Amino acid sequence: MQTADLLPLVLVLAAVAYGFAFMRSRAVAAPLGGIRNLKALPAYYAARAALWCAIPALIILGTWAAFEGKVIQDMVMASLPAELAPQSAGRASLTLSQISNLAAGKLDPSIVPEGISGAATLLQELREQSSQFKTLLVILIAVLGGTFAWTQVAPHINARKSVERTLQRLFFVCAAVAILTTIGIVFSVIFETFRFFEKVPVSEFLFGTSWSPQTALRADQIGSEGAFGIIPLFTGTLMISAIALLIAVPVGLLSAVYLSEYASPMMRSVVKPLLEMLAGVPTVVYGFFAALTVAPFIRDLALALGLEASSQSALAAGLVMGIMIIPFVSSLSDDVINAVPRTLRDGSLALGATQSETMKNVIFPAALPGIMGGILLAASRAIGETMIVVMAAGLAANLTANPLDSVTTVTVQIVTLLTGDQEFDSAKTLAAFALGMMLFIVTLLLNVIALKVVRKYREQYD
Amino acid sequence: MTNPSSQAELVRRSLKRRYRKERRFRFYGVAAISIALFSLVILFTDIISKGYTGFIKTTVTLEVHLDGELMYLNDASDPDQIAMADFQAPIIKALQGYFPQATSRADKRELSRMTGSYASNQVRDLLKENPDWLGSTRTIEFPAHDTVSVYVKHAGDPGYSIRLTEQQQRWTDELLSKGVIDTGFNDVFFSRGDSREPSNAGILGALIGSLLTMGVTLIIAFPVGVAAAVYLEEFAPSNRLTDFIEVNINNLAAVPSIIFGLLGLAVFIGLFGMPRSVPVVGGLVLALMTLPTIIISSRAAIKSVPPSIREAAEGIGASKMQVVLHHVLPLAMPGMLTGSIIGMAQALGETAPLLLIGMVAFIVEIPEGFFSSATVLPVQIFIWAGSAEQGFVELASAGIMVLLAFLITMNAFAIWLRKRLERRW
Repeated sequence: MQTADLLPLVLVLAAVAYGFAFMRSRAVAAPLGGIRNLKALPAYYAARAALWCAIPALIILGTWAAFEGKVIQDMVMASLPAELAPQSAGRASLTLSQISNLAAGKLDPSIVPEGISGAATLLQELREQSSQFKTLLVILIAVLGGTFAWTQVAPHINARKSVERTLQRLFFVCAAVAILTTIGIVFSVIFETFRFFEKVPVSEFLFGTSWSPQTALRADQIGSEGAFGIIPLFTGTLMISAIALLIAVPVGLLSAVYLSEYASPMMRSVVKPLLEMLAGVPTVVYGFFAALTVAPFIRDLALALGLEASSQSALAAGLVMGIMIIPFVSSLSDDVINAVPRTLRDGSLALGATQSETMKNVIFPAALPGIMGGILLAASRAIGETMIVVMAAGLAANLTANPLDSVTTVTVQIVTLLTGDQEFDSAKTLAAFALGMMLFIVTLLLNVIALKVVRKYREQYD
Repeated sequence: MTNPSSQAELVRRSLKRRYRKERRFRFYGVAAISIALFSLVILFTDIISKGYTGFIKTTVTLEVHLDGELMYLNDASDPDQIAMADFQAPIIKALQGYFPQATSRADKRELSRMTGSYASNQVRDLLKENPDWLGSTRTIEFPAHDTVSVYVKHAGDPGYSIRLTEQQQRWTDELLSKGVIDTGFNDVFFSRGDSREPSNAGILGALIGSLLTMGVTLIIAFPVGVAAAVYLEEFAPSNRLTDFIEVNINNLAAVPSIIFGLLGLAVFIGLFGMPRSVPVVGGLVLALMTLPTIIISSRAAIKSVPPSIREAAEGIGASKMQVVLHHVLPLAMPGMLTGSIIGMAQALGETAPLLLIGMVAFIVEIPEGFFSSATVLPVQIFIWAGSAEQGFVELASAGIMVLLAFLITMNAFAIWLRKRLERRW
């Protein structure tokens, strides 16, 4: 049976265990004079049996399903005769897909070498065996667990305590998923990054001024060596983010100020959800808007003014990204402005200051750290934004300061390097992970600083 | 020392200037809000004006005489013959019925480009299903060729270039006036998967892909998120491990989504050997991505349950877990659901991480399960937006409208749920 079918089966077995344990607990309690003489309610004995039935089985099932594919692949590859054993990782993935297509019956066995078709048969066999073993093992463990807990239904055992302890541990495991995710991210980029730095020196990566990740496929091929200098990507990213912040910060901040200080409750209740709608629009929609409406408009405008403009300009991507983060800036500033104590505001107004003077001279300085934190968060969001730049900013890694030129960003390059067919060991693919690591580090630093600033500021007034 | 009256005079004189400043400041605020709202309006009008034609299809309805001789086919139940036959010929013949003078090779080629490139396949499939149709005359509705469709829908629109020859334009006008070429509601768009031909492409495949992916995301992210929130709010001892978990959650909420794509590629595909472009991997990645959002909103919901409820339950002898499961969770559930729906809406619109795990592949079939190749709505929009044929642009905008409709419904539902179920204490 497949994993997708086994999952409901385990749940059904757990339900059965629940039922049996429930009945048994009542039966055990009956001669003692009712369930009041048990240490826990029947439902707890039942739940205990269900947990005993499901948890070990699910753990086995999950582990098996996670590693089954990889182990079988390795076994099949190891079984290939020496002359067919692939030399490079690229060949390996090709051979592997050949074998699996053959096993799935999508390929005619007569057109491939003997060894390959043998491997396909082996693959098929191993898959069947694995599936059988998995099914047997999972059912066996579920039944054993359920039966054990069923025999344990006894008046002196406090099922409630053990159920609650297990649940609490489960809750902890769920909370720990956050740690696992972070660890997963760090490890998934770190290994590939180190392998990348074996091929390309760190100094070239960090300080090189040209980016053209074309590596020769064959040794004798005439072609560029590939240049992996991150500087043009960084300047491109910075330029687009700067344009975005230039739009979003004043607009977002002033909207927040107006909404919190001047607007009537009526206006606030209309405008705020509308602003939040801007935040809810998917980035691919902004990308579409930038690439098909804003970019041609900017190009035509520039041409009308007698300026050279690329059809994929940094300005278009930056403008639209700015629109995207307006609600982000405004809602963060709103929180911060509202957190300034009422007394400061009232004091200033009582001295005769106008509302705008109060805002500029009292509230704003008091809220400044929080607003800076918000801007940092917005910057980190702009740097990590992908779809708008993929669709509107272009691929050419120009080292330029002209916003009408086409530039590329770190995220664009990650997507371009990793979409389509790829090998895991070429410098090109590995470069994407190195870029990912840079992106992760930079955004992490911005976030940590921003959160620290905001927290410190909050504590000041709490 | 200046006397009080001249001081008052000073203030009065400066007042004018200060009030002007006040008005200017107010004006800046109004301008900022106007800019933001104006962008929103432009965005929506742009999408709708580009996309409403995506819901309209252009069809060519012809009386086709399925002449065996013309198609080199004398037995439609023979697969070998079907593979060799020429199904374009009867379509051209039928069109020639309207334009008898179009007989040259060039004319025929132009005629064959009036109907979409899948028209001959359509005839083939019809004959395969009904071999006895051979020799009869049937009324068949074909999708019009992309260029014809653009001409019919967008003639005079500067955003589109008309790629029909003058002769084809004349033909199209004539067929339009005769009602052979017609426009109607684009049912193809809602009943097909992707295609290389805009007139044949639909969004159903991506829609099902999105539903499957969201299903996986919901099944994983909601229980795990709620459980994590319960642990952190109710059970976690205040120690370093708890702090570390909290720091992690806050940072993960701000990690760029594309990084989650790298995680999915390296761990789920690279390490565990899961297949590419399947909803399971997409759902897992999106679940990890939305988890922080769900945890943070669930914690807020748990926090808003007043301590008096907990104390009352504990007072009558409930254990900590009973307090949580029987009292706190049910009361916090509306808030948790609202947060989760908003998180799911985010995940539904997410594109970047799915590009990295291969959900960007060209997939014609409608996905059948969690392990079959699929794409999702936003990725389909991305694919169409980058396609060369003009017809795909309106499909992309139409797809955006479908996606936005889903998002607006989900958010509206979340708001309704909050209004309906949330209690004020």
